[in-house]
Amino acid sequence: MQRNVRKYVWLFLLPTLIAFLISFLIPFLAGIYLSFTEFTTVTDATWVGLQNYVRAFTEDRDFLNAFWFTLKFTIVSVLSVNLLAFILAFLLTKGLRGTNFFRTVFFVPNLIGGIVLGYIWQLIINGILSGMGVDLTYSATYGFWGLVVLMNWQMIGYMMIIYVAGLQNIPTEMQEVAAIDGAGGLQTLRHVTLPLLMPSITICTFLTLTNSFKMFDQNLALTAGAPGKETQMLALDIYNTFYGSIGQEGVGQAKAVIFFLLVAAFALIQLRVTKSREADL
Amino acid sequence: MIVAHKKRWGILLTLLLSILTVVFIAPVFIVLMNSFKGQFFITDAPFAFPDAQTFVGLQNYVNGVQKIGFFSAFGYSLFITVGSVAVILLCTSMTAWYITRHKTHITRLLYYIFVFSMIVPFQMVMFTMSKMANLLGLENPFGIILIYLGFGAGLSVFLYCGFVKSIPLSIEEAADIDGCNPLQKFFLIVFPILRPITLTVAILNAMWIWNDYLLPSLVIGSRYRTIPVAVQYLQGGYGSRDMGALMAMLVLAIIPIILFYAFLQKHIIRGVIAGAIKE
Repeated sequence: MQRNVRKYVWLFLLPTLIAFLISFLIPFLAGIYLSFTEFTTVTDATWVGLQNYVRAFTEDRDFLNAFWFTLKFTIVSVLSVNLLAFILAFLLTKGLRGTNFFRTVFFVPNLIGGIVLGYIWQLIINGILSGMGVDLTYSATYGFWGLVVLMNWQMIGYMMIIYVAGLQNIPTEMQEVAAIDGAGGLQTLRHVTLPLLMPSITICTFLTLTNSFKMFDQNLALTAGAPGKETQMLALDIYNTFYGSIGQEGVGQAKAVIFFLLVAAFALIQLRVTKSREADL
Repeated sequence: MIVAHKKRWGILLTLLLSILTVVFIAPVFIVLMNSFKGQFFITDAPFAFPDAQTFVGLQNYVNGVQKIGFFSAFGYSLFITVGSVAVILLCTSMTAWYITRHKTHITRLLYYIFVFSMIVPFQMVMFTMSKMANLLGLENPFGIILIYLGFGAGLSVFLYCGFVKSIPLSIEEAADIDGCNPLQKFFLIVFPILRPITLTVAILNAMWIWNDYLLPSLVIGSRYRTIPVAVQYLQGGYGSRDMGALMAMLVLAIIPIILFYAFLQKHIIRGVIAGAIKE
C-alpha cells in the first residue's frame, strides 16, 4: 500500500514544488547571497562583504528617512484603524435594523486594489487642498495624512468584520451577569468584553501592522514619494533603489534583506504574544 | 420610559451610521461624477457636479479605453486571475493533502518552508524573481500563472493543511478498502470534502491576483498590461496626464469588483474572516 502511494508522490508534490522553487525559494536564497555582492545582471556578481549594508545607510538618507516615515505611518494607522473599526463593530452588534447593509458597504473599499485607491484619494485630497491653493506635492505632512486617511478607508471595514465576528462569539450571558453585578457600560466593556476579544485584537493589530509596514501600491499612486522623496515608504524606496537608479542593485538587495528581517521580527513577536495568550486560556 | 429611550438611541445610531455610509461611498461617487467631466474641469473643482459647460458624455471613457487598451487589459486580468486561481486550487490542495497525510521529515520541512514564505515581503524576492522569470521565458500570461502558483502556495497550502487535519481518517480508509488508488481517493473523496476551504482559498487568491500591481508590472508589464498596470500607465508626468481618462478608467476598474462582490458577498466576507483568523 505504501509503495502504491510512492508512485504518485511526484504527481501530488511536483507542480507546486517546481513553481515554489522558481518563484520563491531560489530567488529568496539568491537574494540573500546577492546582498553581499555587487551586480547588475545577477550573473556578474562579485563579493563585497557588508559594503552594501553600509552603503544603504551612508550613501544618502533615503533609507533612514523611509524607515522613520514608515514607522510613524504604521503607528498612526494601526491605532486609528483599530480604534475606529472597533467602535463601528461595537455599534453594529447592538442589534440595529440594517446592520447587514452597513457591514456590506463598509467592506467595499477593501476589495479595491491599491493603485486604484491611491488615485481615488489623490483626486479627493487634491480637491480639498486646492481650496488653499496647494496640492499633495506641497508638503510631506499632506502626503502623510493622505496615506493615513486612505489606509483607514481601506482597512476599517475589513477589521470591523473581524471584530464583529469576535464580539458575536462572546456569550451575551457574560454581559448580562456583569450588568446584574452592577457593572456600568464602560466597566463591562473594560473588564468583560475587551479581555474576551483579545484574539480578534491580536489578529487585527497584526494585519494592520504588516499591511501598513509593507505598503507599496497606495504609496506609489497617491504621492510617489513627493515632495522629493519625503513621503517614500520602505517598499517604495527599495523599488526605486533597484529600478530608479543605476549601479545600486546590490544596495537595493541589502535594503530588501533588512526590510525582510524587520517584517519577520514583527511576525515572530506576534507569534509569541498569541502563543502566550493561548496558554492563559 | 426605557423603551422610548432605547428607541431614540437606535434612531440616532442609525442616522450616524447612515452618514458614515455616505462618507464611505462618497469617494467612489465623486470619481464617477468626474468621469463625465472634461479633463480640465476635474483637478480644480472635483466636488462640482458636471454642468452644461463641463459635461462631455462618454468622451473620457472612449479616450481612456483607447489609450490604455482597456479591453485587452481586462482580458489579461481575467485570464491570469482565473487561470492562476484554478491552478493554485488544484495543485496546492493535492500538495497539502499529501504532506498532511504522509508525515516524513521531508514533508514536515516542506510545510515549515511554505509557512515561512508567507512572512517574506515581495520586495525581498522581486528582483531575483523577475530575473528568474526572464531566464526561463515565463514573461507571458501563461508563465505568470506558474509564478502565482509559487507565490500563492504558502497561504494556500497552509489553509488546506489546517482543514485536511480535521477530516476523519476513517473516510479515507474506507476508500482504501474499496480499492481506490491515491488519485481516485483524492479527487472522488477528499477534494469534495475540501469545498468550504476551497472557496476561501479561491476568494483570497482571486482578490490578491486581480488587484496585484508590482508582480505583473515587473514580469509581463512591458508587453501585457493587466488592469492595475494599465491604470498606472496612464499616469504620465505629474500634471501632464489626462485626468478625464483616468477617472473613467478608475470607474471601469471598480465595476467588475463591485459585481463580483454583489454576487459572492456572503462567501467573500466569510472567506476573509476564515483566512484572517487562521493566518
